[in-house]
Amino acid sequence: MKLVQNVPFFCIMLSMFSGTISSVLPGKWARRLNVVMISLVTGMTLWLLQYLVGSGIGSYTYMMGHFPAPWGNELRVGLLEVVVALFFSVIMLLSLLGGRKKLDGEVEATKHNIYYILCNLLLSSLLALVYTNDLFTAYVFVEINTIAACGLIMIRQNGRCIEAAVRYMIMSLLGSGLLLLSICMIYDLTGHLLMENIQQQIRVIMEAGTYRIPMLIIIGILTVGLAIKSALFPFHSWVPDAYGYSTVSSGAILSSLVSKGYIFLLFKVFYRVIGFQHIADSHILNLLFLFGLCGMIFGSASAIWEKDIRRMIAFSSVAQIGYIYMGLGLGTEAGVIAAIFHVLVHGATKSLLFVSAIGLTDVSGGSRSFFEITGSAYRNKAAGVGFLVASLSMVGIPVFSGFVSKLLFAEAAVLVPNWKLFPTLIVLAISTVLNAIYFLKTIVRIYTPVKQEEIRAKGYFELKFPEQKLYCVTIFLFVLVNLILGMASQPIIALITEGLHHFA
Amino acid sequence: MGGNLLVNYGEAVAMILFGIGFANLLFQKNLIKKIIGFNIMDTAIYLFLAEKGYIAGRMPPIVVNGIQDVEAYINPIPSGLVLTGIVVSVSVSALMLSLTIRLYKRYHTLDLDEISIRLRKEGL
Repeated sequence: MKLVQNVPFFCIMLSMFSGTISSVLPGKWARRLNVVMISLVTGMTLWLLQYLVGSGIGSYTYMMGHFPAPWGNELRVGLLEVVVALFFSVIMLLSLLGGRKKLDGEVEATKHNIYYILCNLLLSSLLALVYTNDLFTAYVFVEINTIAACGLIMIRQNGRCIEAAVRYMIMSLLGSGLLLLSICMIYDLTGHLLMENIQQQIRVIMEAGTYRIPMLIIIGILTVGLAIKSALFPFHSWVPDAYGYSTVSSGAILSSLVSKGYIFLLFKVFYRVIGFQHIADSHILNLLFLFGLCGMIFGSASAIWEKDIRRMIAFSSVAQIGYIYMGLGLGTEAGVIAAIFHVLVHGATKSLLFVSAIGLTDVSGGSRSFFEITGSAYRNKAAGVGFLVASLSMVGIPVFSGFVSKLLFAEAAVLVPNWKLFPTLIVLAISTVLNAIYFLKTIVRIYTPVKQEEIRAKGYFELKFPEQKLYCVTIFLFVLVNLILGMASQPIIALITEGLHHFA
Repeated sequence: MGGNLLVNYGEAVAMILFGIGFANLLFQKNLIKKIIGFNIMDTAIYLFLAEKGYIAGRMPPIVVNGIQDVEAYINPIPSGLVLTGIVVSVSVSALMLSLTIRLYKRYHTLDLDEISIRLRKEGL
């Protein structure tokens, strides 16, 4: 075994232990440790990616401890996992950098190290969810993820945030209860917890034609459990409060990483545990497809009515999660590739939206109301550019990343062999128009000039580059990630496609 | 169908308890009752696991009299899973209770809907 193959284990342990160490550090040092840790994780993951691509090994399993397959615990590393892990760590770093100033203002200085403990734990649980090959380990890390995410919401100590955290927790607990039950039932049917062994047993069961109803129930409750946790359309009631009122880094991390971790776990279960063919045969995908379509329309429509810019972005997340489930629901490989690509696109764009929206509200007296941010893009140019790029990407303008994923969805829909073709294309068109309505409305508003006297009368101020260097650099990096996803999409899609082949 | 239910009455009870807990967690207004519902739900899953791991007429998987035959013991893995699950649910309950205390200190009520109404009135 080569040293580079240990990278996933190193990454998980590094982020977990830096969480533990942060508890005894003062806030400033905890922050530095966090930045160093995430950079190290990113660097090591890049190294692993280079090794995987260079050596031609698509995937390998990594034994944790000294017990071989049916007894011990395993990590499984493949191209897809590495791409997603790399993406998670980059977005995490950028979201934390972009929200740092706001965090100083909104959270007491004595609690800063706690915030970074939670972030480190969150990253470690996300990486573990991406890499693990064991279902029960996945459940444990799902719970760690939930607890850390709840902490990220409630770190801002006002009534709204605590209430949002309670609602988030309740929905998450319902989801993890269902997930745990389905994992126990899978164990009951197959006698294994490692994904490969389960898949072998399920193949035997399916070929024998037995246990059809239990299998259907398992697939159903598992999907519903993870759909609740990742805020698919009918279960999204907690989203606007949790994303809208928490501190900005938390909102960005929650919407672009936490929900994506659960979605990735769902992909993993579909492909590596149950087998995608069985899932497609069970018609559960049709249900996901319909809910995804409803989410796309409903999320966008709610965003149009919303007068609070942060809540508007949160509702737009509901719509984008709908896109991802719709791609999965198409039930073809092209659909799944489009969905995975959209996971990346939405993560990169939504965190940029949150981070730039906070720059706009900061120069508008801290008000999040739609009317107050008029002309704010002139007062904070970096935030204005960030918001413009992210909005155009969400609407699906070429050059930006959102266009590519919409194109992929449309292509996948055209290739689909059944009735899903027209609903997908029609809803895609409607949703794009709705997206355009609320994002372009916001862009026009923030770029509408306001008279100088009015600005002075309200006490608003301008923020220029020297006052917010870190913020400007973060926005620049975010825009860069967005453009890379938009203009160099082919190699990334090729990586995802190859990773998906090794995945099954 | 009915015969299977009678033989596996433990699993049936576990599923009914799971349903009770799930419904309580979802529909109760009172936060403490929600947390109790959550605990019933998780405990039901542990009952299900324990029921699955038990093999009639065998001993707990602890070697005492030097018997090392696999056939002598019940399946130890579900017990291990139950232990892990208990750890998780204890920490989640603690977190939920601490959140409840925070909310109660602020709003002097445990009713989540009323708290939401008051928050809307505050317009925060």
